[in-house]
Amino acid sequence: MKSIDNDGTGAVPSGIDLQPRSVVGVEVPREAAAGAPVQLTELSGRTVGDVKAQDAYVVAEDVNVRYGSNHAIRDITLEIGRNEVVALIGPSGCGKSTFLRCLNRMNDSIESAIVTGRITLGGQDIYSRELDPVALRARVGMVFQKPNPFPKSIYDNVAYGPRIHGLAADRSELDHIVHTSLDRAGLLKEVRDRFDDPGTSLSGGQQQRLCIARTIAVNPEVILMDEPCSALDPIATARIEDLIDELSKNYAIVIVTHSMQQAARVSQRVAYFHLGMLIEVDETNRVFTNPQHKLTEDYITGRIG
Amino acid sequence: MNVRSKSMTREIVEAGLAKRRRKDRVFRTLGLLSTAVGLVFLITFFATLASQGASAFKQTHIILNIELSRELLAPDGPFDIDYADFDAVVRQALRRELGDVNGRRDRREMNRLLSIGAAYQVKDTIAKNPDLLGSTLKMLLPVSADVDMLLKGNIDRDLEQSQRPLSDRQIEWVDRLIEKDRLVSRFNSALFSNGDSREPELSGIRGALMGSVYMLLITILIAFPVGVATAIYLEEFAPRNFWADLVEVNINNLAAVPSIVFGLLGLAVFINWIGVPRSSSLVGGLVLALITLPVIIIASRAAIKAVPPSIREAATGLGASRMQVVAHHVLPLALPGMLTGAIIGMSRALGESAPLLMIGMVAFIVDVPAGFTDPATALPVQIYLWADSPERAFAERTAAAIIVLLGFLLLMNLAAVIMRRRVERQW
Repeated sequence: MKSIDNDGTGAVPSGIDLQPRSVVGVEVPREAAAGAPVQLTELSGRTVGDVKAQDAYVVAEDVNVRYGSNHAIRDITLEIGRNEVVALIGPSGCGKSTFLRCLNRMNDSIESAIVTGRITLGGQDIYSRELDPVALRARVGMVFQKPNPFPKSIYDNVAYGPRIHGLAADRSELDHIVHTSLDRAGLLKEVRDRFDDPGTSLSGGQQQRLCIARTIAVNPEVILMDEPCSALDPIATARIEDLIDELSKNYAIVIVTHSMQQAARVSQRVAYFHLGMLIEVDETNRVFTNPQHKLTEDYITGRIG
Repeated sequence: MNVRSKSMTREIVEAGLAKRRRKDRVFRTLGLLSTAVGLVFLITFFATLASQGASAFKQTHIILNIELSRELLAPDGPFDIDYADFDAVVRQALRRELGDVNGRRDRREMNRLLSIGAAYQVKDTIAKNPDLLGSTLKMLLPVSADVDMLLKGNIDRDLEQSQRPLSDRQIEWVDRLIEKDRLVSRFNSALFSNGDSREPELSGIRGALMGSVYMLLITILIAFPVGVATAIYLEEFAPRNFWADLVEVNINNLAAVPSIVFGLLGLAVFINWIGVPRSSSLVGGLVLALITLPVIIIASRAAIKAVPPSIREAATGLGASRMQVVAHHVLPLALPGMLTGAIIGMSRALGESAPLLMIGMVAFIVDVPAGFTDPATALPVQIYLWADSPERAFAERTAAAIIVLLGFLLLMNLAAVIMRRRVERQW
């Protein structure tokens, strides 16, 4: 179990650069970090490390996304195992969120986006014609950067997913789903007496846990998290991180984060993205203590990003 | 880099402060002045309306003892209400009241003191209760508009006889009736229960009011659903391409097209081609719906655009279909903005008269419309028709009709605001 970080860096907001203080302990002056030019030649070649996962459940092969003429991500191959937390890290605009949104086809709503390659979920191609994105999203839930509860009651927020998918046969079953979901999201104690209050009346951290409860109420197989803690204070962040740990027993979780401390704390494996390419994937410990690629090392030591 | 010392910056900023403050003051004063000018105009407008229109809500009546004698009403034996001479009965009563009415000329002048509505009122009373035949009734009957105007002080007694509508003799009679407390001022119920009439004292706005109500019902029933559906389709489902842009440009242009053009369209399409009855509130409502549509579409699209994308993403991420996202989340959040558009559109539709010109609704229509296909007119048209009438009594009725129109507008907007309050959600 993790506790709150003493230095509180787990809660650095996404818009603010991390201080150039590295996990491996090398202090880098700010000027050096800003002035390190990235040579595109460094980007050639395949992903370093091991893209394979034990007990792989989500498998992405040669995934490319283009927004018009903008080639957002290139040839991403990555496996995500059952009950595994994979953290996607990298500087802003590196394509990690784009890759995340490919996994539940959220990019479908962007008209200019063209996704090529192959992504399978439990062996099933999620971009095949037979698979309805609606059905896919019931299996691959998503938690967003900013807590976005519906302007409805707390109960209705959690009950919305089960309702639209018809998961509960009657009211008591729905009540049960709402209770267990809130309980597993660690929110039940705080909201037990006010199910009818609007979800927006909660604090930021509570709202994010409400969003997580809303996601797990549908009982998905995979949970995608897009910087879930970037808008939260350190205490709320710590609670969410505990929750991620807890949830990883039952779900495959892919989390995008700008906080390397957070990646180190919650994930088993880390994938480092750079300019739309997957540079390095490996076990979290190994990436942070002994990065194989120069770019990865530069990023985690704070020279770029 | 041009680096100044700190004290220099301070000096420069302080030197400019007075100028900045002066500008602030000037702008604030200008704003206050503009508001004051607007307010003065508004107050003048309402004061003029109230002072001119207030008297129209009162109407002079005469108290007469009507003798419903069989000799006058049924001279040839059996009483037939359709042939009975009720004018004679009323005139006889007034003649008795005045006493000195002799000769044809006198009688003709006396007759003009009464409204032709007086005889109809007696007839209606008998029709309701035929047993009254043969008895004497004390009745409150309308006088002619000229007498009403004299009592309201709108006829100058000092003018030469030939230059005013009432002769010296008529004025003398009126004064005698006033002395005997026979003339009383009562609430002008005819204004709200009658349709239009050539006689000012019998004319009312009910016909125009009902016409407007029917038209606006059609308008809102067509324009709101169609407008909202169009906005949802264009915002949520339509592909972004050349055709969508073309539609958007055209909708924006339609909102600015002069309304009389829509009247021409209504004449050509609804009346001549489809065969909707001319002058009916149905065709009027259809044309007003066309005028209102672009306004509602533009407002609805803006309201839909204002729904935070995070809500859309949250629902999509949970697996809601596009229609579910719209129906469960976008529509409830956009509805207040859509209603605002509807208010603006309906207010405009209520005030339109130009397009009605083309579809035969600018007409003298006496009967109060009982349905959507009856010939009808609208409140602004009624105001125009009355304002165009030479009789002095129509002037106050014009102001009264404007007051009613504004009241209608206020009520409609109030209803919409209350509805909007109810659907508005707290964030």
